[in-house]
Amino acid sequence: MNTTRTAATARYLVLTGMAVAVLLPFVSIVLAALHPSGSQISGLSLPESWTWSNFADAWRAANFSNLVMSSLIIAAGVVPLALVLATLAAYSLATLNPLGGRAISIGFVLGLTLPIELVVIPLYFDLRQLGLTNSYLGVILAETALFMPFGVYWMQTHFASIPGELLEAARVDGARSFTILARVLMPISWPAVTTLGLLYFMWSWNQFLLVIVLMQDPDMRTAPSGLGFFVGQYSTNIPLLSAASLIVIGPIVVLYLIFQRNFVSGITQGAIKG
Amino acid sequence: MADRRRLIALAYIAPAALVYIGFAIWPAIHTVYLSFLDWDGILPATWAGLDNYRAIFTDSMLGPSLWHAIVLILFFAVIPCALGLFMTALLQGTTRGMTTFRVIFFLPQVLPLVAVGITWRWLYNDEGLVNQGLRAVGLGGVTRAWLGDYNLALIALGFIGTWAMSGLCMVLFLAGAQKIDTSLYEAVAIDGGGPVRRFFVVTLPALRGEIAIASVITTIAALASFDLVFVTTNGGPANQTTVPGLLVYRLAFNESNIGGAAALAVVLTLVVIVFVTAIRRLTREKP
Repeated sequence: MNTTRTAATARYLVLTGMAVAVLLPFVSIVLAALHPSGSQISGLSLPESWTWSNFADAWRAANFSNLVMSSLIIAAGVVPLALVLATLAAYSLATLNPLGGRAISIGFVLGLTLPIELVVIPLYFDLRQLGLTNSYLGVILAETALFMPFGVYWMQTHFASIPGELLEAARVDGARSFTILARVLMPISWPAVTTLGLLYFMWSWNQFLLVIVLMQDPDMRTAPSGLGFFVGQYSTNIPLLSAASLIVIGPIVVLYLIFQRNFVSGITQGAIKG
Repeated sequence: MADRRRLIALAYIAPAALVYIGFAIWPAIHTVYLSFLDWDGILPATWAGLDNYRAIFTDSMLGPSLWHAIVLILFFAVIPCALGLFMTALLQGTTRGMTTFRVIFFLPQVLPLVAVGITWRWLYNDEGLVNQGLRAVGLGGVTRAWLGDYNLALIALGFIGTWAMSGLCMVLFLAGAQKIDTSLYEAVAIDGGGPVRRFFVVTLPALRGEIAIASVITTIAALASFDLVFVTTNGGPANQTTVPGLLVYRLAFNESNIGGAAALAVVLTLVVIVFVTAIRRLTREKP
């Protein structure tokens, strides 16, 4: 009895050790962000005076009002567009047996392993010709395309898991295919759609390479891409940089804490079913 | 009639397919075409044949960048998976309080890598947490600006990946281990097998699928890394931490060598495909 108790304690000690290792970097930048701007600091140390103004200063210096607005505009375009397109395509692939459906599915799945590096160069030159660089629409369409393989695949697995009798019953009643999607399938699909929407938001918020290439205008960049250049300007001002990083991390962490179940299941299950 | 319905079904796919083809597939094909050109992005391009590909194997920058990316696999994929398996063996069956731990371990997965990179720049700084910790345990002699160290910068960069990826591997493996039929463990126990044997005979084979997935995700993250390198070292010191992603960006948008950048992107993609295929082969269920 006693040995199991000891074993359990040892397990929790290991777990706690790992958790500390994950969290310590955050503690370090939170403390750094509270030191006076530009001051010399060392490792983990409590600031002599808690300087909350770093957040306001970083917000102004990095022009986060514009950056966050761009991030939100892009996400507000990508999330609904990608969700609708992926849902429609997946519905057809999973239940309507379209002509060449298998080949189309494979075509989408292939995109899962393509690195962004492979598409980013022509995207810049082609979109520039179309006037879609320095344009929210250009980034929105490019991100929607890049996130499409996962979305189609995620919704397709979801629709395939719905019992066929449900669809048969609706078909016998003479419902048209779109009515079945809207009236029968969507009401029971919100959990899958919500998870996918959250992942889309996260990927859109975190996207870096694509944005710095397609948005040459610094004012139209997103929060992380603006941060990427902010580092160059203030590379030695650690309190200010830390505050800026926390501003960029903040929204996604809050969302993650609220919807942690969706995030964890989305990333792990999405991976496993593949 | 049935065929007509199957044609109409395509209409649902058309919008997604158009965006996907127009903004992902077409650019990918276009990159392959550009890789055979000598083009500065402005003047008319000339045909370069395989010159850009030859350069990858002869240039003193390009080849090493691919090698660096492969070294990063050790830190982004191999160590996190090994650590994840070790922790799974250790923690299997622990359920109480796991939700909180899972939330913490998974946290690095949702963060923008740019912010992760800035955080670690500070941790690896002369005065940062890593050196502070080393001094505290009497290793003051080895402290240095890790990301600026000629020999150790790539390894320091790699450990950021270890930090970010270990939690993902652990969460994946622990979830997989929960589905293992406990009677299998009893069978091993009856045969007189201890925990080590139990792990190798039951747990490891049962996690085949999860190991495949974790390795694929983390290997792609290592090979196609960009954000993290861009903000931490930007390839330095003395090009010791260049990765293909960084050079694709630099060649195409700073040095106007579009063909060279495209060729490197194509080779990077081929390396990704080779590794992903190899992992899938190795972890496939034996008949």
